Amino acid sequence: MAEFTLPKMSQVRKGRHFAAKPGAKKVRNFRVYRWDPDVGENPRLDTYEVDVTGCAMVLDVLLKIKNEIDPTLTLRRSCREGVCGSCAMNIDGENTLACIKGLDELPEGDVSVYPLPHMPVVKDLVPDLTHFYAQYTSIKPWLQTESSPGTRERLQSPEDRKKLDGLYECILCACCTTACPSYWWNPDRFLGPAVLLQAYRWIVDSRDEATGERLDDLDDPFKLYRCHTIMNCTNTCPKGLNPAKAIAEIKQLLVNRTV
Amino acid sequence: MSAYPGQDGLRTPLKVARGLGSSKTGVHHWWLQRVTAVALVPLSIWFLFLLGGIIHADYSVVMASIGQPVHAIFLIVFVVCLFWHGALGLQVVIEDYVHTRWLETTLQIALRFGALLGALACVMAVLAVWLTGTAYY
Repeated sequence: MAEFTLPKMSQVRKGRHFAAKPGAKKVRNFRVYRWDPDVGENPRLDTYEVDVTGCAMVLDVLLKIKNEIDPTLTLRRSCREGVCGSCAMNIDGENTLACIKGLDELPEGDVSVYPLPHMPVVKDLVPDLTHFYAQYTSIKPWLQTESSPGTRERLQSPEDRKKLDGLYECILCACCTTACPSYWWNPDRFLGPAVLLQAYRWIVDSRDEATGERLDDLDDPFKLYRCHTIMNCTNTCPKGLNPAKAIAEIKQLLVNRTV
Repeated sequence: MSAYPGQDGLRTPLKVARGLGSSKTGVHHWWLQRVTAVALVPLSIWFLFLLGGIIHADYSVVMASIGQPVHAIFLIVFVVCLFWHGALGLQVVIEDYVHTRWLETTLQIALRFGALLGALACVMAVLAVWLTGTAYY
């Protein structure tokens, strides 16, 4: 059966409390998920009282915690401007990128920070995305052709190029996929919104000649049709993209070639 | 990490992600569910009107009303669509949540026979009223 409760070893316990330093001005509480694979204890929720003066984004706060309060806090980050997707995590119940989530966008009160939901955790805020990336590889995310390109690049009309807008911007941060209940129940077989959006990006590309094979590979009750249009993907995408629409387009194309 | 079925550290992540490949059967289910859903919109409205007309009527009036060929045929189409659509929907619920293989297979088979029996019983009841003028129970 699908698991509706956390396994015993995954239940989150109360953690340590780090009080604000004397003289701190703008103090805000951050409750951060912590789990260390080397200790063998349950995950815990550590509370940090942070002086957020000079911090605009949640990532700034997390790095301040790591630099000034608790160097054991583990997280991924790289570009700090919403381009790389490394710092995807669950902030105040919503999957997003810590680097572009402004403190002013969060409601008043404590801020909770968890890793992306329903993924194996490597440590603290770092989820294991191995399977997610393998699923991405499985849709062959590259241009497939049989015709020779000739003596120059493969051309595309401005209208056909426009069809890739809203798709090529995806940075594979996995916010949408890990927000999808269908993916929570069937991650082994359902490809999830991010990978399906990427699949559609190649299906709709006017230069790609493997359209039929790509649709063949998706015409499956689990790979594609576990999507029940729940729309969590579109609601949570930090880049403002619409994976649910891309999935609907794939379903439409499958009907078009069948009926 | 052994987070996913079949992942034992020796198989590559791509081998696990690809699994058994595509079954190439999803689109028919999806399309049939939409077709039956669309068909059920006017049929349900018609059914409510029919019910409204006979709910306080005498036995003989109800029998005569259901026995009209147009009503009988629409009723048969209605119950077939209803059970078909319901079975398609419940099938998805089982696929989503029941991952114990023997239980899943049992439920899927039971669901199909249950829906078939339900639809058949309804169709027979309508046919009995239509063709013989009496209820068959």
